[in-house]
Parts: sequence; structure tokens; C-alpha cells
Amino acid sequence: MLEIKEIWKTFNPGTVNEKQALRGVSLTLKDGDFVTVIGGNGAGKSTMLNAVAGTWTVDAGSISIGGTDVTHLPEFKRAKFIGRVFQDPMLGTAPSMQIVENLALASRRGQRRGLGWGVTKEEKASYQKMLRNLDLGLENRLTSKVGLLSGGQRQALTLLMASLQKPKLLLLDEHTAALDPKTAAKVLELSDRIVEENHLTTMMVTHNMKDAIVHGNRLIMLYNGRIVIDVSGEEKKRLTVPQLLELFSKVSGSDEADDKLLLS
Amino acid sequence: MLNLINALPGAVSQGLIWGIMAIGVYITYKLLDIADLSVDGSFCTGAAAFVVLFTNGVNLWLAMLAAVLVGMIAGLATGLLHTFCGIPAILSGILTQLGLYSINLAIMGMKSTVAVNITDTATLDKLLVSLRFVQDVAKGERPLYRHPIFVVGIFTAALIAVLYWFFGTELGCSLRATGSNPNMARAQGINTDFTKVLGLMLSNGIVALSGALLAQFNSASEINMGRGAIVIGLAAVIIGEVLFSKLFRNFALNLLAVSIGAIIYYVVIQAVLAMGMNPNYLKLLSATVVAVFLSVPYWKEKYMPVKVKTGGLQDA
Repeated sequence: MLEIKEIWKTFNPGTVNEKQALRGVSLTLKDGDFVTVIGGNGAGKSTMLNAVAGTWTVDAGSISIGGTDVTHLPEFKRAKFIGRVFQDPMLGTAPSMQIVENLALASRRGQRRGLGWGVTKEEKASYQKMLRNLDLGLENRLTSKVGLLSGGQRQALTLLMASLQKPKLLLLDEHTAALDPKTAAKVLELSDRIVEENHLTTMMVTHNMKDAIVHGNRLIMLYNGRIVIDVSGEEKKRLTVPQLLELFSKVSGSDEADDKLLLS
Repeated sequence: MLNLINALPGAVSQGLIWGIMAIGVYITYKLLDIADLSVDGSFCTGAAAFVVLFTNGVNLWLAMLAAVLVGMIAGLATGLLHTFCGIPAILSGILTQLGLYSINLAIMGMKSTVAVNITDTATLDKLLVSLRFVQDVAKGERPLYRHPIFVVGIFTAALIAVLYWFFGTELGCSLRATGSNPNMARAQGINTDFTKVLGLMLSNGIVALSGALLAQFNSASEINMGRGAIVIGLAAVIIGEVLFSKLFRNFALNLLAVSIGAIIYYVVIQAVLAMGMNPNYLKLLSATVVAVFLSVPYWKEKYMPVKVKTGGLQDA
């Protein structure tokens, strides 16, 4: 479903701030794969997701989604294939627009937007049903501005929006990092549910090793712009946090004690 | 005082005309989150294009349509400078505004003023609005429906209706999403460069329409007539918001509030002038008023923070 081939990305080339963020990352996801992505700060996790999403184009390598080469497509064109939830709850929704309007915008992802109504009556009814299923108490606040919602509610709404127009690929970029633990757990549970119900191919970046082990069927770890650990299936199921840490220090060298702390 | 009352219908008419311009400013400033300074130029472009075409015998409606189109081209220029050339929005507007000064002069045949000859009654009768009509209606020489307040009022109502419809469509929604959160808009497959350019074109087209109406009202197009238009537009937007934000929740009513804001602005200006203020200080007064109103939300947030509810999913 997703094929990343040898992608490279350097930020601020030729300056003192030069940073090789991705150094030849290759990754192939099968239809329905749910891969969790871990790594220390600056390892390239979010960079990899942004490369796929098309925030900028990569310096070298290629990316294809569902057989379509998207390497040179701008972000808004790739959006046709991709559902996204960001780390910052503010980023995923339009705060000055109503809940239904946000949903309606998302349901037209990848389609031509013409002069038909932005939100139809039938849509309203179906969104109300979906929101009731989310069990967030939003079903009676369809016309509330999204800016009035809490961070958790926004992330849940963004998840729903990402799955409305079934994406070929769902990108979750530390989407629970800005939430309190209880809310984060709820949003993660909801993510699992949405991924399962829609059979979505998913990439989830997380700082939490335990979450990375519990969720999904495959786990990769990035270090210094490369994939250094890649486990899946039974092997992943049996993985524990201490094992993962040990694996990590083996591949990264012993000078990474700081990252250990960050990751645990 | 008598002066003020006598001047009131004229002031309201003029306020309504500027209100149309302010609605254009509302689109960029409030919906797209861009302070578009090109309006200072495109206002005059609309006026100039209209007057030159009209005085050369072109049909009034065609001349107005042309005015709107050249305004849209001005918006296109700003939009392309911003999106295609990557120049910050505010600077793009300034560049367009500056360039338009020469273009406006060129349209007017390198003259700073082009007048419509309203001593010719046949020409005067053709105009949609004119300061003359205010007096003529008062004297009973013209039917009431020719009063500028009525005519511009109809224009404003029609414009609000069209915009209300447009911003409810898929395309209109994508434009609003762009202003609300460009990241989200792109993630939902919206070409934010396109929507920005579209919004700037729409806005400047409306501003040019307003310029064409004011040129009729004053029976002349003048090179400096748009100077400070952005500030007047912002004043109208802010006055409307401050006075009606609690009352008006609907989008159409918000636009109406902008129009009323412009009327209030003009009536206040007339009142200040009637009290004997030197008209040369008008621009300073406008700038001060807008600066104060723009500062209020910032001060409010800084010194009187409102507790925002955050946290759990169940919290409504």
C-alpha cells in the first residue's frame, strides 16, 4: 500500500544548521498494516511522516501510495490518499468553523469542490449518527465552532474526519502526546477502533514504547535518520519495553543513554 | 447641528458605498486572515475604469462590470505575488497598491481627476447614484427609489445574499477553511494557494465595485480617492464586530454589521466635521480609532485572561 524507497532529506543544507533528517529510509507497508514508529528526539519520525504527507518534497528517493507515485505531488493532491492526525490538536481542524462544516470538508477530501452546498441536509443526519457512536457528547453540538472543543475532543473529531473518506493511508503523528494520560488512552482506543473498522493501513508515531508495542502489527525504530529496528508479527507481540531498550542501545551505541530516558 | 442633520442622508449614502468596500475587506481580513493593502489601489482602479469607460459612452452596467473585472485582476496580482512568488501577504498588497497608482493614472489618461459631466442632465439621469439625487429627492424632483440610500442598500443586500450563498458552497467552505487553518485545509486536499488567490480576487472585485459607485456618487474619479481605504474598511469591520458580535451570529448578519459599521463611521466623521474639526486631521483620527480598536482584544487577553476549559473527552 505504501512504498518508500531510499528517501533522503536534509534541512538547511549548506548552513551551520544543516541537519540530515532522513538518510535513506526505505519501508514497504502491506494493505492493512499498522506500523508504530518510535525513536528519540530528532531521529526523523515526524520527518518521515511529513515526507509521506508531502509537507515538502524529498531530496532523493521515491514514495508511492497504492501504486501511485506521489514523490512530486504537492501536499493537497496527496491528501486524496492520506488521512492525518497531528500532534497539536489545533492543527487538524478549522477552529472558526462548525463541527458539521469540518466533517463536510473532510468528507470531500480528494474531490473537486464546486458550487454545490458545503453541507447537505442528509450529511448532517449521518454526521450526527457518527458522532453519537464516538460517545463524546458532540452529537447535539453539530453547529458549535470547533474552537470551543477540548484538545481530546478535537483529536477524536480529527480521527473521525481522517476516516470519513476512507484513506489509503492513515498518518498519526504523536496524536496523543499533547493530551492528559486518561484522554490519551481514550483517543488511542478510538484510533484502534477506527483503524480496525475501516481496515486502514496506518503509521503511528509515538513517544511511548509501551503504546508502540501494544498497538499495531509492526514496529520500527528510527535512529539518526535511518530505520534501525523493524519487528513484526509474533516477534513484536512478545516484545517487552526492556528488550526494546536493550535492542536500541545495541544498534545505536552506548552513548544514547539520554534517549533511553526520553523513550521510557 | 443643522449642518449635521442636513448632511446625514449624504453621509449615510456614502457610508453604505464604503460599506461595500468594507465587505470586500472583511473577506480578506476576517475570512482569509490576510490584511490586504491592495484595496487602497484597487478602489481607485474601479473608479477610474468606470469613469473613463462611462464618459466614453460605454453602457453604465458594462462599465461597472469592467470596473469589477479590473479590480479582480488587481487581486490576482496580489494573490500571485503572495502564493506564486512567496512574498508575504502584507508586502504583496503594498507592492500591488504602489504599482496601481501608476496604472490608475494611466487609465485616467495621466490626469489625477476625471469628472463625469453631470451638468448634462441626460448623463446625470443615467447614473445609479449621485450626491445630487440626495438633494433632488429631498426637493421632490426625483422619485424616492432613486435615493442613493435605497439604491446602494439594494446593492448591499444583493451582495450579502450572493456572498452568503457562495460561502456556504463547497468552494466557499474551502476558502474559509484556508483562512481558519491552512494546514488542515491542505490536509483535506484544498489547494490553499488557489483559494487565497480566489479570495483576493473576489475581495478586490467588490472593492472596485464600491469605487465605481463612489465615482458616480461624487461624479468623478480621483487618484487619491482610495488612500486609506484599508483603514476605513478595517474600522467598519471592527465597529460592526464590537457593536453586533453578541447580537449577530449568522454570516449574512455579520456582513450586514460591517455595512452598518461603515455607516456609523461616516456619520461620526460628519459629526466631528460639523463640530469644526479641520478635515486635514481626518486621516489621523481614522488611524487612531482603528489602532485603538485593534489593540483592545490584545490588551484584553494580556491583562484580563479568560479561563479556558481544557481536558477530558467527556467535558462538553
